[in-house]
Amino acid sequence: MKLNLKIWRQEHSEAKGSLVNYQLDGVTTHMSFLEMLDMLNETLIQKGERVIEFDHDCREGICGQCGLMINGRAHGPLKHTTTCQLHMRSFKDGDTVYIEPFRANAFRVLKDLKIDRSSFDRIIKAGGYISASTGQAPEANSIPIGHEQAEAAFDAAACIGCGACVATCKNSSAALFTAAKAVHLAILPQGQIESAGRVLAMVDKMDEEGFGHCSNTEACEVECPQGISVLHIAELNFRYHKSRLLKK
Amino acid sequence: MSKLDAKIPEGSLEDKWSNFKNKARLVNPANRKKMTVIVVGTGLAGASCAAALAEQGYQIKSFCFQDTPRRAHSVAAQGGVNAAKNYKNDGDSVYRMFYDTIKGGDFRSREANVYRLAECSAALIDQAVAQGVPFAREYGGYLNNRSFGGVQVSRTFYARGQTGQQLLLGAYQALMRQENLGKVKTYSRHEMLDLVLIDGKAKGIISRDLVTGEIERHAADAVVLATGGYGKIYYLSTLAMGCNASAIWRAHKKGALMAGVSWIQFHPTCLPQSGENQSKLTLMSESLRNDGRIWVPLLPDEKRAAAAIPEAERDYYLERRYPAFGNLSPRDISSRAAKERIDAGFGVGPMKNAVYLDFSKALAEQGKEKIKEKYGNLFAMYEKINGIDAYNEPMLISPAAHFTMGGLWIDYEMMTSIPGLFALGEANFSDHGANRLGANSLLQACVDGYFIAPYTIPNYLAGELNTGKPDTSHPAFADAENAVKAQLAFFMQCKGSLSVDYFHKTLGKLLYDKCGLSRNKTGLEEAIKEIQQLRELFKKELRITGDAGLNSELEKAGRVADYLELGELMCEDALQRAESCGAHFREEFQTAEGEALRDDQDYAYVSVWEWTGKDQPHLLHKEPLVFENVSLSVRSYK
Amino acid sequence: MVRLKGSTQAYKLWMALTGLFLCVFLVIHVLGNLQLFLPAEQAREQFNWYSRLLSGNILIMLISYVLYFSILAHVFYAIVLTLKKKKANGAAYAYDRRANVSPWYSRNMGLLGTIILLFLIIHLKDFWYQYKFGELPLDSQGQKDLYQIVITTYRQFWYVLVYELGLLALGFHLLHGFFSAARTLGLYHPKYVRIMKVFGWGYTVLIIAGFMAMPVYIYLMT
Repeated sequence: MKLNLKIWRQEHSEAKGSLVNYQLDGVTTHMSFLEMLDMLNETLIQKGERVIEFDHDCREGICGQCGLMINGRAHGPLKHTTTCQLHMRSFKDGDTVYIEPFRANAFRVLKDLKIDRSSFDRIIKAGGYISASTGQAPEANSIPIGHEQAEAAFDAAACIGCGACVATCKNSSAALFTAAKAVHLAILPQGQIESAGRVLAMVDKMDEEGFGHCSNTEACEVECPQGISVLHIAELNFRYHKSRLLKK
Repeated sequence: MSKLDAKIPEGSLEDKWSNFKNKARLVNPANRKKMTVIVVGTGLAGASCAAALAEQGYQIKSFCFQDTPRRAHSVAAQGGVNAAKNYKNDGDSVYRMFYDTIKGGDFRSREANVYRLAECSAALIDQAVAQGVPFAREYGGYLNNRSFGGVQVSRTFYARGQTGQQLLLGAYQALMRQENLGKVKTYSRHEMLDLVLIDGKAKGIISRDLVTGEIERHAADAVVLATGGYGKIYYLSTLAMGCNASAIWRAHKKGALMAGVSWIQFHPTCLPQSGENQSKLTLMSESLRNDGRIWVPLLPDEKRAAAAIPEAERDYYLERRYPAFGNLSPRDISSRAAKERIDAGFGVGPMKNAVYLDFSKALAEQGKEKIKEKYGNLFAMYEKINGIDAYNEPMLISPAAHFTMGGLWIDYEMMTSIPGLFALGEANFSDHGANRLGANSLLQACVDGYFIAPYTIPNYLAGELNTGKPDTSHPAFADAENAVKAQLAFFMQCKGSLSVDYFHKTLGKLLYDKCGLSRNKTGLEEAIKEIQQLRELFKKELRITGDAGLNSELEKAGRVADYLELGELMCEDALQRAESCGAHFREEFQTAEGEALRDDQDYAYVSVWEWTGKDQPHLLHKEPLVFENVSLSVRSYK
Repeated sequence: MVRLKGSTQAYKLWMALTGLFLCVFLVIHVLGNLQLFLPAEQAREQFNWYSRLLSGNILIMLISYVLYFSILAHVFYAIVLTLKKKKANGAAYAYDRRANVSPWYSRNMGLLGTIILLFLIIHLKDFWYQYKFGELPLDSQGQKDLYQIVITTYRQFWYVLVYELGLLALGFHLLHGFFSAARTLGLYHPKYVRIMKVFGWGYTVLIIAGFMAMPVYIYLMT
């Protein structure tokens, strides 16, 4: 099939970017979206032009490095699917496809479609861990955790940190990302001890990094490759208010 | 041969690690904060080592090429992690795990290393649980296990199909905690481009900031490489696009020896290549083989759809050849059997490069609901990628390059042949021999990083207290930096007509055909020549567009340049080893039934290679493998 | 740019609490106004009596100050959050279809809120201002005849239309606002979240149906 691509090109963070038109012929339905971009890049190299920079690594939907705004949707038209898992059978011959980077003030564009998501690292750094140094751990079975509880923790812990929640949020909120980690750790007995301080630190860091607020439109859950529930955000709110109230 | 002192501690197998720990030198806490360790790679081995050393008080510089440490490819491991906890009361023990691992590796690994791996496994589960890793639990609240990879006990701990991700996030969070405490500085989107030696010791690295393109010097008292495997050399593999051998290869060119280079595991249940533009072969969990039956048509050039082929005209080749294990035969055996059928012209799918994984029997017997419950996510993933509903027609699968057992040679202390340079995880060669057991890779990476390196690295550092603080103004840094800049400049001024990917794909195909699932002398000799030619072509015809700043083509060029050298060594290594063992199958050395024929008389050693210079032949060293506790037997799955 | 002490969480909390208080007020308001459905003469007396009761009671007065405060605070924090959001968003997407995955009204609370605010100004001018500061006729009991004002107002077709539209906007605002407030306060248990969702729908439909029926009823009946 033949596609009209409108791709965001931007030289560096401070440069002004714009959509550039490309025509690509010979795209087949079983190609992945990123392979389609590989193919386009190959033609650019042949023409001596600079390739389109985009982030990707594992190409199996787990590393979280890929992430594009495709036709105005985070990770493209499918629900719960990373960009790398999106295949060209979701498009048809003659389609115009808009490709832009994930946008938010806290996600700086580095070049073309590559963005800087280190703000996520800093949220985790603020407290998204259990302070258990190597060697301190007790026997694993000495902390029984119910099946359901472990599954619930996993549901939250499954976050791949891709940033689609922020990109699709009308307020550019990182609430789902932050909630996923804070709740994962808070519902496990090991993580309970530091829970109050952790929630405050992470949420405050999220603010500081310049993410917006959550207005519960629930778009993030739809675009989240792991389908992480927005109820985690509500639980984050609960824990945040509780910690704030009880803080000495 | 002094280069190959494995430094195995004294004592019986069970006491060796304790003996080492009891005698290992320590660094005074006040001195630790004066010492810096560079850790390259933030996967399970790298992140855990960096965090554990930082907890002890050392200053850590942690490097990764990804945009954040959490994306290292450990994240993609699905199945689980083994540990000899014996929670199932089914006869597991440290010794049994040791034996399974050394046998699974076809008796081509060191007893002492493998025993230590099993010995430290239990502590890893404790550590991960303490970090909040949500392992599967039984209803009573205790940890659950499953059986994995053809062993007879249930010792695999898992977190759904995302065990690697969960373990990695645990290590990543430990790393972030240390960064918050000021003990770690992470350098994301940085790639190590050279190792710096001062007086023969590893004292720093040259890295490139992948955003600005700036070349940086970093000095340290020791350097740890935890940069993973090089399976991506085949281009089509289960690995991430960025996985590369550059860090270990450049260390190799500075004197670190490489071992077991051609021992590469092919995973049998991956999605086949479906077109020329394909970049990745996605792994489908091996658990599918519990209910799926693998077959190809009995007739060559079969045109009918799978469902139209009657039972009598199907060849369930695994069940036929290995009646005892059938569809659950180990990875190397299953992969090889698939390749044998495909090469013989019985492959299926549009490119005739796959075999069927058929669930119709299981669906008929157990019902769709049951199958959905067990494998629903995998069927969904299959449909996402291929647009085919596997409840209605069989899946197409084929083997793909997955794990490199080979890597930098290390001694018992994880130190390479360069003093002060350590290699952890998949980047080293040590524990898996010629074939890795399922769920042992996560284990090895974690154990190396959490429990071994934090003892052995201080043991080395204790001797470095009085050698002076490493300084980036040393001429060795300038030399290394100039060499790196010269190579980058060379790539940029190349004005050929072929992209980096062209070379990578060509090399990958060549290696897959001639140094892949099965090898033979003629093929390997051809491959060596062809790789040399390809390398020449690369120098002339490479084309890099863009500038020396953020440029993914430039990043890839360096990696492929290294692969073009490593590929040749892989073939040399495979050629040299005139036997079949584990994942290394030499067609000349097989039994009448087509099974691997090992030669313990002549090849019970690790082939260790020394770089002698550009376009010079590698020098072979042999580390004999001494088996005092196990007797060498033939792996049989008939 | 606006820099205020306090976190986004605090602003959200204020939005939720003031919003919910306004929701409670609406219940009282709609219940009181149901008197308009009584037979004309009875309605006049009772409605006017009720209006006097509300304006004369010290407790009610205190509550009304909370009410004014709530409205102002709700608007104020809405503006603060909108400014924050603008800053957080950075550059806009050239092609944006994000709206496809969430209800339109949940994404346009600010717009709906602005319509409601305009409507509220009209509404207050018509009745509250008239009652407090205007010259009203007296009914047979000697009470200010607010009922007459209401009847006169709703006899005009375009006025009814403005009211219906304003109330529709309020309806959609409530539909999202009610449940969003519960989330913001931290209601996360799936069971109660479901109950709250149903309750929120029921609440919104009843309140809005009640309000919307009033102008139409009066327009048609008188």
